[in-house]
Amino acid sequence: MKNEKTLITAAGLVIGLIAALLVFFGNPANMGFCIACFLRDTSGALGLHSAPPVQYIRPEIIGLVLGSCIIALVKKEFAPRGGSAPVTRFILGFFVMIGCLMFLGCPFRMILRLAGGDLNALAGIAGFVLGILAGVFFLNRGYTLKRSYKMQKLEGAVYPVIQIVFLVLLVAAPAFIHFTEAGVGPGAKHAAIAISLAAGVIVGILAQRTRLCMVGGIRDLVLFRESKLLFGFIAILVSALAANLILSAVTDGTYFTLGFTGQAVAHTDALWNALGMLLAGFGCVLLGGCPLRQLILAGEGNTDSVMAVFGLMIGAAFCHNFGLAASGEGPTANGKIAVIIGIVVVTVIAVINSRQKEA
Amino acid sequence: MKTVDARGLSCPEPVIMAKKALASKDSKYEVLVDNVTAKENVTRFASHQGYQVAVTEQGDDYLLTLTK
Repeated sequence: MKNEKTLITAAGLVIGLIAALLVFFGNPANMGFCIACFLRDTSGALGLHSAPPVQYIRPEIIGLVLGSCIIALVKKEFAPRGGSAPVTRFILGFFVMIGCLMFLGCPFRMILRLAGGDLNALAGIAGFVLGILAGVFFLNRGYTLKRSYKMQKLEGAVYPVIQIVFLVLLVAAPAFIHFTEAGVGPGAKHAAIAISLAAGVIVGILAQRTRLCMVGGIRDLVLFRESKLLFGFIAILVSALAANLILSAVTDGTYFTLGFTGQAVAHTDALWNALGMLLAGFGCVLLGGCPLRQLILAGEGNTDSVMAVFGLMIGAAFCHNFGLAASGEGPTANGKIAVIIGIVVVTVIAVINSRQKEA
Repeated sequence: MKTVDARGLSCPEPVIMAKKALASKDSKYEVLVDNVTAKENVTRFASHQGYQVAVTEQGDDYLLTLTK
């Protein structure tokens, strides 16, 4: 079992380094990876929302799914399954995204923001831990979305194939796909397609092998005193932090800015940073994993996770169509209402699915 | 001997079910799971609790036999 911890720590160190390098190669600051932001950008590129600053088909997402899919096929772990409360998972994904876009980042970017010196992430982490504790409370009371069932190979292959279609659309760039114009917003900041795609594939493979999950670490520690996944979480933080400091020293760019103000794609409202991540952490525990983990599982043929990812994408579209997403200026009134509604809805889902029925 | 059927469930649920079953402190249990992650996680948890774990593949499922 020591071996597992060494593996996930090594994987975390590589992933943190890749995340820092992606910023060097052109991604927005502290956004080497952000599953929430990248799904949001992809939603925008497809025209599901029309916020000009955040529209781009992010190759990292494509790479994550395909990397997971390929390694799962190689290791004979590609196992199409589904049917475990797909609509509930869609709704959970939807509200997890609303929480993430209040904070401006998924749990993965929360670590990367901290590694870039953005102390607002601390409020996010505080809320995140509370959200996970809420989820664990219901898990201990028998929360379950019931079992999944085996599906046909083709059903599990649909989502990975969609990623290939997205890749074609990205490269071909037809007029109906929207891309943020240079200088308009973070959507225009990205590494070259091949670099982003390769980064996604590598991280996808590592995350599939190690079962890396950002909510799993704290969840398993509380539930079972099991620290394996937490090692991955901490390794990413340490590695990205070290890489940011080195990049700041050896290049002209700024990769580390310690403090609360002047942070890239972030706001300083601690309460709403915390509540956003509380919603995200709570929802992710009920889904069984963070947005990154959902993508990895989707690559393995888990169609329930595909539903969660669709929920995330539609949630992102709603965020920008109805002014729910926060920005550098802070949260919006609509966004605050949406986060509160989200916490209520997620709690109701937790309560309804926690009725103990001994089999 | 107690048998826990955790097929179709994703983690952490199989581990929680095993944890609840193990509270009865028997010397032998069987846990059925159907995915590799659940197999790994239940095995890790049971080992930490001092059980020896034997894994038998049954078609697409894994039967874990926990003995102390």
